[in-house]
Amino acid sequence: MTTYDIIFYLFAAVTLLSAFFVVTNRNIVHSAFYLLFTFFGVAGIYVMLGADFVAIVQLIVYVGGILILLLFGVMLTNKITNIEIKTDSINALPASIVLGLFTGALGAAVLNTNWKVVESPAPEATTTALGNLLINEYALIFELLGIVLLIAMIGAASMARK
Amino acid sequence: MTESSLINIAVTILFLPILGFIVTLLLGKKVKKIYYFENIILFFSLAGAGILAYTKLSLFHDTAITAEFTWINLGNTPLLGEIKINLGIMIDNIAALMILVVMLVSFLVHIFSIEYMRGDPRYNRYFAYLGLFTFSMAGIVLTHNILMMYMFWELVGVSSYLLIGFWFEKKSAADAGKKAFIVNRIGDVGMFIGILMLFTTYHTFTFDEIFAQISNGVLPFNSGFWMTVTGLLIFAGAIGKSAQFPLHVWLPDAMEGPTPVSALIHAATMVAAGVYLVIRVFGIMTSDALVVIATIGALSAFIPATIALTQNDIKKVLAYSTISQLGYMIMALGVGAFQFAFFHLITHAFFKAGLFLGSGSVITSMHHEQDIRQMGGLRKKMPITYYTMLIYSLAISGIPLTSGFLSKDGILAGSYAFGLLTGNSFFAIVGFFVALLTAFYMFRLMILTFHGEPRNKEKYEHAKESKLVMTLPLAVLAILSIFIWYTPNPFNPEQGWLLSKGINTHEQYIPDNTRFDFLTPAKEPVIQNEESASVMYSESYEEAIQESHIPTMLLSLLMAGLGILIAFVFYQWKKINVDKLVDRFNPLYKFSLNKWYFDELYDATAVKGTIGLSSFLGKFDSKIIDGIVNGVATFTRGFSSFIGKFDNIVIDGIVNFTAYLSGFIGLIFRRFQTGKVQTYLVFVLISVVILLFIFNSF
Amino acid sequence: MLHVGLTHFLVISIALFSLGLYAVVTRKNAVMVLMGIELILNSANINFIAFSKFGNFGLQGQLIALFVIVLAAAEAAVALAIVLNIYKTLANINVDEIDSLRD
Repeated sequence: MTTYDIIFYLFAAVTLLSAFFVVTNRNIVHSAFYLLFTFFGVAGIYVMLGADFVAIVQLIVYVGGILILLLFGVMLTNKITNIEIKTDSINALPASIVLGLFTGALGAAVLNTNWKVVESPAPEATTTALGNLLINEYALIFELLGIVLLIAMIGAASMARK
Repeated sequence: MTESSLINIAVTILFLPILGFIVTLLLGKKVKKIYYFENIILFFSLAGAGILAYTKLSLFHDTAITAEFTWINLGNTPLLGEIKINLGIMIDNIAALMILVVMLVSFLVHIFSIEYMRGDPRYNRYFAYLGLFTFSMAGIVLTHNILMMYMFWELVGVSSYLLIGFWFEKKSAADAGKKAFIVNRIGDVGMFIGILMLFTTYHTFTFDEIFAQISNGVLPFNSGFWMTVTGLLIFAGAIGKSAQFPLHVWLPDAMEGPTPVSALIHAATMVAAGVYLVIRVFGIMTSDALVVIATIGALSAFIPATIALTQNDIKKVLAYSTISQLGYMIMALGVGAFQFAFFHLITHAFFKAGLFLGSGSVITSMHHEQDIRQMGGLRKKMPITYYTMLIYSLAISGIPLTSGFLSKDGILAGSYAFGLLTGNSFFAIVGFFVALLTAFYMFRLMILTFHGEPRNKEKYEHAKESKLVMTLPLAVLAILSIFIWYTPNPFNPEQGWLLSKGINTHEQYIPDNTRFDFLTPAKEPVIQNEESASVMYSESYEEAIQESHIPTMLLSLLMAGLGILIAFVFYQWKKINVDKLVDRFNPLYKFSLNKWYFDELYDATAVKGTIGLSSFLGKFDSKIIDGIVNGVATFTRGFSSFIGKFDNIVIDGIVNFTAYLSGFIGLIFRRFQTGKVQTYLVFVLISVVILLFIFNSF
Repeated sequence: MLHVGLTHFLVISIALFSLGLYAVVTRKNAVMVLMGIELILNSANINFIAFSKFGNFGLQGQLIALFVIVLAAAEAAVALAIVLNIYKTLANINVDEIDSLRD
């Protein structure tokens, strides 16, 4: 058991536990906060995989953006006076059974597959390389993403205004 | 006066009466006095006709003036080549004279009608119809092609129908109108077929073009026989319109119409249209056709004359007399006495119109009594009517110094000459015998009406002379029945302007071998061989007529005198008891009185036959055709009901089963459609799991 | 427990995915559904980066993960706008009561 392994399990535990609470907690605001920890945990796993830049982006975008957005959603769709912002689950049992089967199948598939693993070189800073890739090889997609974001922004604003 | 102005006058004459017709008909109900308009129109037409006839005969004597325009241009048709249908006007001497006669009689009848028809509820409409008739008649006279002539021919038929049935409240009048119309149609069908034969052969309707092609030897089906047939088919139209045997039955019935109408249409003009038609197409009549025409004319002259002997209705006597005289004209055409036929047409138009108008005058004064047995002694009461009618009677009997003598004598001379040249004296004999009969029945009529003692005192007391508007036309017509208008020599019509200048010598266009030798004009005095030399056959006929002139005159005078004498013996002096004579010859008397049973014959054959055929066809229709139809219908219904059952049970069963199955399945599967996205997602998951287990590769 | 390798990351990914799916399927609140979707997207990203590292694909996997994050942001914005619209129209955002699709 190396340090790497310990850190991995730590992050994995944080991620999965908080995710579990997100899914099961009846209070929606609490779920949002648990989601924060999940994102942190996932960011840690990214670092474990040598993706430092993606981890940073994960923190900035998810924690700083999407999560706040979701909280705003919660607040806007529940009356301020209404303290009851809890929600129920439906079909919990059949969903659990089906998902259990599904997870089992996926897990079996993952575990039974003999993955051909190629040892990658030691991790190094990726930011520069990603930037090059983005501007050069993936320039078109980069531009398209910009357009998508613009459209999403205009669309969201337009829809929410109605 | 140029030719084009003559054409203008002709067109004006033609269209003035139709203007009168339209105006009078449209305003008839609103404006009471509108009939004056019609009369004035007629006056102008008459004036125009006078100018036209005078100018034509004096200035343009030798040429026929034509003007035409293309009505329908069929262009270059694939089978027949270039075809144009032209309408137009042709004024030759005959047309000019004829239009004058038509307009003159028409005008006089208009004047006469003003008084005669007074008080009639449809007074204005009567004048409108007269205008329509005059228009149609003028069209027949002035046209230059046979198609247009046929159109006006039918228009004349229509106006005749309208006027005969003018008092349509009377059933007999309505029936007479129908009878006239239908009987005329029979002849017109023949005429129409003839016209079509001409058209298919010559591709034109224009007289001149047809004649020109016949002169060049083009014949229908290239045979003289078909030329004869075509001529006779066209003559069939004349048989109908001129009331010739065997289609003469409509004319006596047509006397149901107002008397002036009888004078105008059924004595002077319309019935003369048939004769006019034959004169127009005389050039295409072959010798065979002419013999048939002459025979029909002779029969038409003889049979009605015998019927007229015993009739008691004053108008019926005149009607049969009309048929008889028309028969004379047709017979004259048949024997080749072309110009005398037309001459007689003119003179007859005047004196017969006069006779009818005179009878109209008598009828009005007798309060619409038409039976001559109820009359008698009217001479003192109605002197003007009597004397004018006496002149007409003398004219129709063929007494010298009258117009009738001249023309009738010519006809008799023609048939006599025909007998001399061909050895066939049948027509001459009939002609002379009919002259006797004519004189007899006319004076029987005169004596019974005007002489002797009044037989109906009451009506006699009320009888009085007619007004001036009625007697004036009588006087004019009487004056026109005197010889002096036609020839300076009362015994020789040849010296008069009418025959020497008015009527062109006829021409025949058909090939020489199809016409009578004596009608063949010597185109050139070519000597082919010793025998045929340079005899001008046409001139020989003229000469024969000249030769037979004197004996004919004497013989016809004898006949006429004999007829008048017998009439006086029977009815004036009563030397022979007529009733006893009638008793002795009862079958003959009955035969004549009942008009040779023609009506009964036609009733039994044509009418009954048609009705029988119709009812047979009706039965055939209702039994067999309907039976077939009903059988088919029944079969179809049975078959349909089977199909229907099959449909209901089998097809519908399948369809219903399908629907039921779908419904059943739907019932199950609609559970799955909850409308909730999450449920669907669960289903998707289930499916993915199932697929994973099926394609389980782990 | 073996040395941490590809499989570990994949298992974590599967677990996250299943939890996210569970949230999507069972939670009534539409915002919770959105949270589940974010979890699913994160699990996918872990997969991408893990394969990128262990399959020796260089930086391409990370790049795709970046794209996914961008799209997730856009998706979240639009989805929230939709949720707000639904809320305005129906006065609630309980997914199980929105069943107009049935008709």
